[in-house]
Amino acid sequence: MKITGAQALVKSLEMQDVDVVFGYPGGAILPVYDPIIDSPIRHILVRHEQGAGHMAEGYAHATGKPGVAIVTSGPGATNIVTPLADAMMDSIPMIVITGQVPLAVIGTDAFQECDTVGITMGVTKHNWLVTDAQDIPKIVKQAFHIATTGRPGPVLIDLPKDVANTEMEWEWPEDISLPGYKPTTNGHPKQIKEAAKLIANSTRPVIYAGGGILKARAAEALKEFAQLTGAPVVTTLMARGAFPDEHEQCLGMPGMHGNYTAITSMQESDLLITLGARFDDRVTGKKDGFAPNAKVIHVDVDPAELGKVRNPDVPIVGDARLIIEKLIGATKKVFEKEGKPDLSKWWDQLNAWRKEFPLKYDKTDDTLLKPEYCIEQIRDASPKDTILVAGVGTHQMFASQYWKFNYPYTWVNSGGLGTMGFCIPAAIGAKVAKPESMVWGIDGDGCFQMTAQELVTAAIEKIPVKIAILNNSYLGMVRQWQELFYEERYSEVHLSETIPDFVKWSEAMGCAAFRVDKVEDVIPTIEKANSINDRPVVVDFRIDPAEKVFPMVPVGRTNSQIELGPMFDK
Amino acid sequence: MGQTSYSNSGHHIYSVLVENKFGVLTRIAALFARRGFNIYSLAVSPTEDENFSRMTIVVNADGTPLEQVVKQLHKLIPVIKITEIGNGEGIERELILVTIEADANNRGMVTELAAIFEGSIVDVGHDSLTLMMTGTPDQVDAFEDLVRPHGVVAIQRTGRIALPKLVREAPTKLRSVKAS
Repeated sequence: MKITGAQALVKSLEMQDVDVVFGYPGGAILPVYDPIIDSPIRHILVRHEQGAGHMAEGYAHATGKPGVAIVTSGPGATNIVTPLADAMMDSIPMIVITGQVPLAVIGTDAFQECDTVGITMGVTKHNWLVTDAQDIPKIVKQAFHIATTGRPGPVLIDLPKDVANTEMEWEWPEDISLPGYKPTTNGHPKQIKEAAKLIANSTRPVIYAGGGILKARAAEALKEFAQLTGAPVVTTLMARGAFPDEHEQCLGMPGMHGNYTAITSMQESDLLITLGARFDDRVTGKKDGFAPNAKVIHVDVDPAELGKVRNPDVPIVGDARLIIEKLIGATKKVFEKEGKPDLSKWWDQLNAWRKEFPLKYDKTDDTLLKPEYCIEQIRDASPKDTILVAGVGTHQMFASQYWKFNYPYTWVNSGGLGTMGFCIPAAIGAKVAKPESMVWGIDGDGCFQMTAQELVTAAIEKIPVKIAILNNSYLGMVRQWQELFYEERYSEVHLSETIPDFVKWSEAMGCAAFRVDKVEDVIPTIEKANSINDRPVVVDFRIDPAEKVFPMVPVGRTNSQIELGPMFDK
Repeated sequence: MGQTSYSNSGHHIYSVLVENKFGVLTRIAALFARRGFNIYSLAVSPTEDENFSRMTIVVNADGTPLEQVVKQLHKLIPVIKITEIGNGEGIERELILVTIEADANNRGMVTELAAIFEGSIVDVGHDSLTLMMTGTPDQVDAFEDLVRPHGVVAIQRTGRIALPKLVREAPTKLRSVKAS
């Protein structure tokens, strides 16, 4: 059967069970937009290509399935570079298809031409420039395979307009033929035995669970493993929800703004059982002083992570779920032979820290709206499996600290790249993926102004997300650093108390919108927001601008030097 | 370049088998560049199987960060196999073309040098000669050092190509019967 390259592309997406794409048409991608009309795939027309990328990411976060975005050449392609970089850092499976000027004029500075493959090489797991329409099905199949296996990540297919218009003989390839791509998933049996031995001999173990748990769909295995060992579990920013916060063994988030017990448990541990985490600088603090007495088991599907930051005593390359399942078996065996280590002293210590140094904020002045309070109220008024999405900044940290994550895939945020403006489009993507789930975005007033236009998309496409702006009229995180480390010399961090009017703006974009500046209005407004299901809702919470995120481990210090904040000043 | 010799301890040699496709060289070069490593020399050509190319990459760097680059290289989809060729573990050759000022006064000395190194004269001008010589990188270094004083007009070296040395096991018995 003869079809065009563009038809082959859309058909290939159908073959990969794509149900939705996020996109924006333009000159070079025109041929692809024609067969989209006849395809069962839902196309969501965004308002900016960056929005399409973050929506695809939000979709992938919430489902584990790759998100797909289609944009045009030149500015369309450059506008989606940020989402690609974001997905690369957080290992999010994403397929981006970009139009390109015709092959014949590539390199001539043609209208809307840019070197998309060159520009995105460093922010994709792999990318392709298609030079022959006949290759399209194979490349699409390879793209999905690469994006979703091993360490997941974004891929990009650059499709010149003339290639899209060329006829080809449709055939869906049997195999993928990638001789250089064979991710190791199984783990070395000897290493797994070694790991089990270390576990059986540890009296202060900590399970350091990272985003890899979610990527590998290993949450159930992790729970079984944690219960078998009795070890405490810390969940990194990328792993919130991978182990339930309400589980008694869950210590919550470690790192720069983690809680005291999670951070200190790692510092005092004799064994870090690292599962799909990468010793990010925001977790380790000053590297030299991080978990100084801990041996390290490091499980990761990406061999380049092992020894990148910390040399592991037992490195294991493989898929987190498969390895944890094998570790469960191996550990059981060692426990039967040598007995289970007694962790009661360790738990006494951990529980004492939990009691003495819980997350705390000042509730004494009830004229000031506290961001923590707003998050707690949204949490308590919304279903337990609500998907929470965040932008980047103080509001993101408050969200991670004060929400209770009890289900995997209910937390969507930009971890590694720290992309402001992520919240709104990512929330839309998550809601498209999980229309039955409530989706709340916790955003800042700075972030909101970066990508707010996508609320138009949400309103028109009937994607009823709920966005809480924790509005302090400041770039809060930068302000916090200037207050603490630059002698309160505030440089370019003040936005405005009056402009824009977030309520009017949101209403103009087709949302229901409310402003809350009194504590007594918080709960009724959230309830009102939760009752609206026919359009997006924006709540503008006017919060205390002086509220800072604590605990905090300032940059350059070790994790033994935690600043607990004013609530613990005596 | 003349001063730095290949026997320099900071050099690492990688033989990298890759898919023979456009853009692969860029991906590899970009990986080194991103971490501030200079590729000292590079030679690329198709292998016995035209679907693949082999690169010999010589990098000037010490220690662990390079290990990380190699791991990152492995992550590139078109990279199939990477072999580090340690000191003395490979058969290494390089070719040099050099145009030398050689008039009646020194022409004899220059041709003699070429003969000593088993090089050849590949082009002749009125007062210059172009020589070609192949050998181990050390031999090429030596040749280059010796011809330089005669006045170099232009030099081009291919960069090193290398293959691992063959493992030779002493036969335990005469292999009169070949395994079928």
